[in-house]
Amino acid sequence: MPRFAVCVFPGSNCEEDVQYALRNVLGEPTDLVWHKDRSLDGYDAAILPGGFAHGDYLRPGAIARFSPIMDAVREMAEAGKPVIGICNGFQMLQEAGLLPGAMLRNRTLTYICRYLYLRAEQGDSPLTVTLNQGELVRIPIGHADGNFYADDETLDRLEREGRIVFRYVSDDGELDEASNPNGAARHIAGLRNERGNVVGLMPHPDRCYEPALGTDDGRKLFESLIAWTKETA
Amino acid sequence: MNAELLEAHNLTRAEYEAIVAKIGREPNENELGLFSVMWSEHCSYKSSRVHLKRLPTRGPRVLQGPGENAGVVDIGHNLAAVFKVESHNHPSFIEPFQGAATGVGGIIRDIFTMGARPLALMNSLRFGPLETPKNRSILSGVVAGIASYGNSMGIPTVGGEVVFEDCYNLNPLVNAFCLGIAPRDRIFLAKAEGEGNPVFYLGAKTGKDGIHGATMASAEFDEAAEEKRPTVQVGDPFLEKLLLEACLELMATDAIVAIQDMGAAGLTCSTCEMGARGGLGIEIELDRVPQREAGMTPYEILLSESQERMLLVAQAGREAEVEAIFEKWDLEASAIGRVTSDGLLRVLSGSKTVAEVPARSLADEGPVYERPMERPAYLDAVRPVKLSDLVEPSDLDDTLARLLGSHTLASKHWIFEQYDHMVRSNTIVLPGSDAGVIRIKGTPMALAMCLDGNGRYAHFDPYLGGAAAVAESCRNLAAVGATPIGATNCLNFGNPEKPEIMWQFSRAVDGIRDACERFGVPITGGNVSFYNETEGEGIYPTPVVGVVGLLEDATTRLTHHFKSSGDLIFLLGETTEEIGASEYLKTVHGRVDGQPPRLDLEAEASLHALVRAAAARRLLRSAHDLSDGGLGVAVAESLFGLLGETMGASLALETPGRADGVLFSETQSRILVSVPRASADAFQALGDDHGVPLSRVGVTGGDELEIRVNGVRAISKKVNDLREIWWTAIEKELRS
Repeated sequence: MPRFAVCVFPGSNCEEDVQYALRNVLGEPTDLVWHKDRSLDGYDAAILPGGFAHGDYLRPGAIARFSPIMDAVREMAEAGKPVIGICNGFQMLQEAGLLPGAMLRNRTLTYICRYLYLRAEQGDSPLTVTLNQGELVRIPIGHADGNFYADDETLDRLEREGRIVFRYVSDDGELDEASNPNGAARHIAGLRNERGNVVGLMPHPDRCYEPALGTDDGRKLFESLIAWTKETA
Repeated sequence: MNAELLEAHNLTRAEYEAIVAKIGREPNENELGLFSVMWSEHCSYKSSRVHLKRLPTRGPRVLQGPGENAGVVDIGHNLAAVFKVESHNHPSFIEPFQGAATGVGGIIRDIFTMGARPLALMNSLRFGPLETPKNRSILSGVVAGIASYGNSMGIPTVGGEVVFEDCYNLNPLVNAFCLGIAPRDRIFLAKAEGEGNPVFYLGAKTGKDGIHGATMASAEFDEAAEEKRPTVQVGDPFLEKLLLEACLELMATDAIVAIQDMGAAGLTCSTCEMGARGGLGIEIELDRVPQREAGMTPYEILLSESQERMLLVAQAGREAEVEAIFEKWDLEASAIGRVTSDGLLRVLSGSKTVAEVPARSLADEGPVYERPMERPAYLDAVRPVKLSDLVEPSDLDDTLARLLGSHTLASKHWIFEQYDHMVRSNTIVLPGSDAGVIRIKGTPMALAMCLDGNGRYAHFDPYLGGAAAVAESCRNLAAVGATPIGATNCLNFGNPEKPEIMWQFSRAVDGIRDACERFGVPITGGNVSFYNETEGEGIYPTPVVGVVGLLEDATTRLTHHFKSSGDLIFLLGETTEEIGASEYLKTVHGRVDGQPPRLDLEAEASLHALVRAAAARRLLRSAHDLSDGGLGVAVAESLFGLLGETMGASLALETPGRADGVLFSETQSRILVSVPRASADAFQALGDDHGVPLSRVGVTGGDELEIRVNGVRAISKKVNDLREIWWTAIEKELRS
């Protein structure tokens, strides 16, 4: 049985939501690991959760990349094990150089907490392996800095290599402006590294894993992660 | 003692003489500072105390009533809910972002100080009209400040209210509420015990910010108000997040004797209150207090209101445990003093004693005033508003649209989407419904909560304003299926030295008392904010009430919107022509006057009982409270789901009067529900059992809202068109 690690930084605040979804709802062993720890031995996947690690001071994720646990996260990524960054975790992966691009301030210049539609762009990633290509899921965002930015060359390459995992779309799957409130380049909500095992996602599957919370679409992403991890463990 | 120095400390000559009598000598400057803040209105409740005593504070669930950092009620499953509301009005006017942010930070500290994990925030906000640029900037600043603090703390903001009125132009109201959950038998109090136990200072260093903040909040403002900006503190939510986690971790050990946050009056308030509660003294050494800058005087250190600081009394011998946990969180825990048996707050600077006064004289023996009261003369002119005196609107579609587009009634999504309302994945009713609801993981339960007030009603009838705030809160809870178990209040008023203001205050307290007693809801704490006057202009008396409700079974919770085509729509309660002080009168006829609606507490209680019973038996598909804007607005809001979905409806209403009367009267004690056809008979029988008048007024379905009154078409409008007006009104104004 695979074992999941959720890394906790000072200022993280979604670690218990991720743990609850994986452990209490889906029955997978999942531990919280403190950022001052240096080892992720015995874990088959690591999740960097949302929040405001180190207060988001300087830039979101900019200080977290220096936390002791990040060396172990990097080793996991290099070993081909799944490493997932959600929201603030995505920003950390960018700052750590494990994923490209940067997050600018939302174009509204405000924090936005809202359910949005995402379209699964391709199925070869830990969060989409059990989803159909083009499948729509409804998952909330909660961030002030989710306006994905990269230069055109990088964006073209990401598209060419099929590394865009999720895009913000309308309820009928179209790329309209209103469905992309933070202004992310090419509507990018989630992407993966070249090898495919490291994924960053701005929206929060950890906030919608049971119908009472709005939707249970987030559960599909966790189920995908579990399936992928079992295959690679 | 010269008059200038007394005035600078906001103390009267009589108060000064009382101080001299208590300590048997003239106070030195530091001691004068201590008395100034502890005897300020903000800290001592000297004008309100005699009235607050009338509020019901006991009940079978109450574990801690007023007097501690927050109230505590038993919710079963060996858990307790800890909650309180507090104002940060004055700082939010002077510096909206930091004023509101530190208001949120302060109320969160009050909750975790008691040993509770904070799980939900709400806020009640009142501003002047958005058409004025200054008000737009205050609103934007306040909302961004609340968002910045609450979001960083990882506590969802699940509800609240936002109201716009002229009287809040120079006096915005920012009332912040926080609720947490603690193990029932692990509640921490701020009561020092054990001579010789060490006193620890935790968290941020002390700086020169916020000196005399409590005194500032205890006076009216003049045109130079903005010069008081240096009295507003600056918040650091990240530091408070660390403090929260470290304190909760420490509380899981038994190394703590007592703990209190440093809020208003900072180090002074926390030391003397902890000592006084335990009947003991505390001695502190200022040289050991972590300081942000060199050369701070004892006076400044004692009166600083720097944020994110806590004071803790630990068990002697357990110091290393305290220090280790704080080190894990990269925080400093500094032993600055010890508990003594002499009952004195003694402050040492180097080898010198710079202040030495009985802790109780500061904390408990402040002046208590029975200030003169007089019924305001303007109330003599308050009359019921007759519909026949108003021009009947020729186009009710347009009337409804204007109401839905008025800023007080329009969707508040521009505001609540800036707040993280989902973190911790407990929010099972998203913002925009009648109450915020969070589930309690590990139990079948959920807690519902709402904050309500109606300043306009209170202005024209302060007693009713108090009672209606409680009634509306409890009605909102009933609409989500919850039973009220405890309440907290925030009483926002003008200058208590004016007899008319004091009379309004007293009447509002009576109204709150009577309603709380009828609904069996104890008040477990709260806050009074006086002196909400700038340049002599006061606010409406604005009692705001926050009520917490319990759902034994979280899966029975209801939301306000229609969900399924073909459901029957029932209006519960009776409608009479009551237009005075209504939103309709203000928005459509440009009049703010008249007698507000009557409130029959018996009818109200029966209504709540019926809706709760029907919710528990799963007979209802939706329930929505009728308040501002009456039936017309409540029906329209019921068409708009929380995730953007919509549902039409068609209604047929009967009235002996005019269509605008039945549509927009704000008659109290009414709830609109939708019921699956298969449940209709059972629901009607239940309504008869409870003696609540039910009328079947329509059916859900389609993509239009159609309302006929006495057989004549009154409203016929596409749901999406109505929603667009309601959804975009505030955003459009802010962008204009």
